Amino acid sequence: MEEEAGAGGKVKKFLYVNRKAPYGTIYALESLEVVLIGAAFEQDVSLAFIGDGVYQLTKGQDTKALGVKNFSPAFRALDDYDVNKLYVDEASLRARGLSAEDLLVPVEVVSTERMAEIMEGQDVVLSF
Amino acid sequence: MTIEVNGQTFETDEEGYLTNREDWSEDVASEMARQDNCELSDAHWEVINFLREYYDEYQIAPAVRVLTKAIGKKLGADKGNSKYLYELYPYGPAKQACKYAGLPKPTGCV
Amino acid sequence: MSKMLHTVNKSPFEHSALETCLRYARQGSSVLLIEDAVYAAARDTAVAQAVQEALKRVQLYALAPDVEARGMQNRVLDGVRLVDYEGFVDLVVEHNAVQAWL
Repeated sequence: MEEEAGAGGKVKKFLYVNRKAPYGTIYALESLEVVLIGAAFEQDVSLAFIGDGVYQLTKGQDTKALGVKNFSPAFRALDDYDVNKLYVDEASLRARGLSAEDLLVPVEVVSTERMAEIMEGQDVVLSF
Repeated sequence: MTIEVNGQTFETDEEGYLTNREDWSEDVASEMARQDNCELSDAHWEVINFLREYYDEYQIAPAVRVLTKAIGKKLGADKGNSKYLYELYPYGPAKQACKYAGLPKPTGCV
Repeated sequence: MSKMLHTVNKSPFEHSALETCLRYARQGSSVLLIEDAVYAAARDTAVAQAVQEALKRVQLYALAPDVEARGMQNRVLDGVRLVDYEGFVDLVVEHNAVQAWL
């Protein structure tokens, strides 16, 4: 928090909260784009996946027959963008029959209580 | 806008990025460079090929900071730095090289 | 040929569309899951039991391109049939009416 950002301003803690499944709506893709653009500003970025948002990270997405772009590989590039704090809500995973092994990037699986704590600790929260 | 290569016409956006990635060929890249008064050397191609591989893997055109770092990781620190990349691509390494590579404009570039 | 085809396109975890649809879908009718509703066709979820109950009364289908896009192709419940776009059209033709639960 005390570290100076490249542009001269204070580094702020940004949390992007992802609540929507991919493809059914545009929210998931829009969120990812904002994350990638925002990463250029060298802030302290975290991503949270709750509810259907956990579906954004599932392995094996294949959009060939659907005819839209499969953007899930981009999550594997987040580390290059220095975005490496990904939190996934455990109850959301469980309700969907999923576990961390079903996801295409390493994440921290957290309880709802811990997730709430993470949200509380941010300067900026953007929810999609 | 369009670009004409070997008698074929391909659609581009208003900044010259290919509309359809499948239209890309090395000749398209060379023609884009020629229009910018730039002749593509092996060093230029190394960056273009790197970007095409990066896109195949991650489905994104990387921002310049990410490109610089990733090139450094793969091709060494003497190439993974702004000075080297800006000398090759004075209009901005990510922006210009992505165009020649047939990729969309990098996310985050205005 | 007097049965209805119901289509549902919303995630069962975020909307009540599927639940409502299944309440009204009569014996022998068909329910086609498309878009985010295909998540309802997955095994081991919080709604899987309700879906399996429904399978005793109605035939469930899921649109394969939507299933594959979401990486659910290896998790589909037994009894749910996958159809492609042509199969979608066939279902529409085979039923005398379509009700889209949006």
